[in-house]
Amino acid sequence: MATETATSMEATVVKKKSEDLFSKRRRRLVADPLDDSNPITVQVLGICSALAVTAKIAPTLVMAIAVMVVIIGANVIVSLLRNVIPGRIRIIVQLGIVAMLVILVDQVLRAYFYDLAKIVGVYVGLIITNCIIMGRLEAFAMGNKPYDSLLDGFGSGIGYAWVILVVAFFRELFGSGTLLDIPIIVPITDFINGILGTSLSLPNNGLMTNPVGAFIVIGVIIWIQRYFNGYVEDH
Amino acid sequence: MSKESNAYILTFSIAMILVIAVVLGLVKEFTKEAQKQAVELDTQKQILSAIVPLSEVGETGEEVNAYYAKHIESIAVDVNGDEKKMKGNEPIIPEKVSIRKEFKKKEKSEKILPVFKFKDDAGKVTAYILPVYGNGLWDNIWGYIALEPDMKTVKGAVFDHQGETPGLGARIADTEVENRYKGKAIYNAKGELASIEMIKGEGNVEPGALTEHEVDGLSGATITARGVNDMLDKYFALYENYIQKVKKSSANNTTTLENVALAK
Repeated sequence: MATETATSMEATVVKKKSEDLFSKRRRRLVADPLDDSNPITVQVLGICSALAVTAKIAPTLVMAIAVMVVIIGANVIVSLLRNVIPGRIRIIVQLGIVAMLVILVDQVLRAYFYDLAKIVGVYVGLIITNCIIMGRLEAFAMGNKPYDSLLDGFGSGIGYAWVILVVAFFRELFGSGTLLDIPIIVPITDFINGILGTSLSLPNNGLMTNPVGAFIVIGVIIWIQRYFNGYVEDH
Repeated sequence: MSKESNAYILTFSIAMILVIAVVLGLVKEFTKEAQKQAVELDTQKQILSAIVPLSEVGETGEEVNAYYAKHIESIAVDVNGDEKKMKGNEPIIPEKVSIRKEFKKKEKSEKILPVFKFKDDAGKVTAYILPVYGNGLWDNIWGYIALEPDMKTVKGAVFDHQGETPGLGARIADTEVENRYKGKAIYNAKGELASIEMIKGEGNVEPGALTEHEVDGLSGATITARGVNDMLDKYFALYENYIQKVKKSSANNTTTLENVALAK
C-alpha cells in the first residue's frame, strides 16, 4: 500500500517535470521580479549597491552583470544541492557558495576588465552581502528545481539590473552631463543655443553624483511604478 | 547517516570547503598572468597619463607598452638622491616597486623612490614623473606628478584613490582637477621647497588670485584635499635631494655645453 502511494506520488512528480519549458508559471518566475515583486522597488532590497555604483552607467552595467552571474549561479548550485544541504548550516553554506562566485567574478574582472574593476572593485566584493541574492536562495532555490531556480535568478537579476540602470542613466546625465562618458548635455545646449541664438548652459547637478541623488531617483521610480500597478504596502 | 547529524554536517562542511578552495585556487591560477599584465599596463598608463593624454598613447595594450618603452626611462633613488639599483641581491625594477609598501616604511632612509624620466622623440628628457602616495578620507590616495626639467614647475599631475566619496573627494581623479596643478611651482622665490596647497572651498578665489603654490579646493572634500596636500608635501621632501641633484647636474651640463661651445 505504502509503495503504491509512493509510486503514484512519483508519477505526479514526473508529470510535473514534463512541464513546458516556458510555461505560464515559468514565465511568471522571470516576469514577476521585473515589476510586481521587483527586488529594489517593491522588496526594497539591495539598495546599498544601488546607491554606491550608479553614478555612471559603465560601472553600473558591470555591477548588474556581476550580480546576475552570482544570483543565477548561486540559485542553480543551491538548488542542485538543496536535498543534501543540512538545514542547520544552510545559511552558511549559501553564503559560502555566494562568496565563491563573487570572488570568481572579481578575479575575472581584475584580469580582463581592469579599468572597470578599479571602479567597482570594492562593491563587487560587497555583492556577498546583497540581500537580494541571499533572499532568493533562502526563499526559492532551497525549495525548487534547478531550472526553475535559474529562471528565478534570471528574473531577479534583470529586475535589479533595470532599476539600477535607469538610476544610473539619470544620475550620469544630470550629474556629469554625459552618458557612457560621452558628453550629452553640452552639445544639446550648444545646439539649442545655435538655433535660438541664446547662451543657455546647464550646470552639472552635484546632488546626482552624490548617493543622495540615487535615493531621489529610486523614490521617483517607485512612485511612478506604484501609480501604474496600484501596489500598496500591507500593514 | 542522518542529514542533521553532527557527523554529516561536519563531512558536508569539509567537503564544501575543499571544493570551494579548489575552484578558487584554479581561478586564481588561470587569471594570474592576465591580472599581472593588467596591473603592469595600468601602472604604465598612470605614469604616462601624468604627461600625455592617453588618447595619444593608444588604445590597445601593445600600443601602450611600445609607447612606454620608447619614452620612459625609469630609475630608483633613495632619500639622499642616490640611484639604487639593487636591493639585497635583487635588482630593483622601478615599475614594480610597491609605492604603498614604501610609503608604509617608517625609516625614510629605507624607502625606495622610483623616478620615471619622460624622453621626447629626440631622446631628451622633458619631464620627471614622481609617484606620490598618501591618505585620503576613507582610504589611500596616490598619483604621479610630472615636473619640468627645471625641477620646479609642475608639468602635469594624475591622482587616483581607493574609496573617496563619488562626486566629492573622488573628484581628485578628474582631469579638470588634475589640470589645476599644471604650471604650479614647488619651490618659492627663495629656492625653498614650498609644495602646492589645495585651498579650502571651491570657486571662492578668482583663479588669477591664486599664488603659484595654490590650487582651487574641492567643495565638500576638505579632508581629501588635505590628504593631497600632505601627500605632495611629504613626497617633495623625500625627493628633494634627488631634485637638487638633477638641478645641479643639468646646470653642470649646460655649463659644460657652453664651455664646449666656447672652446670651439
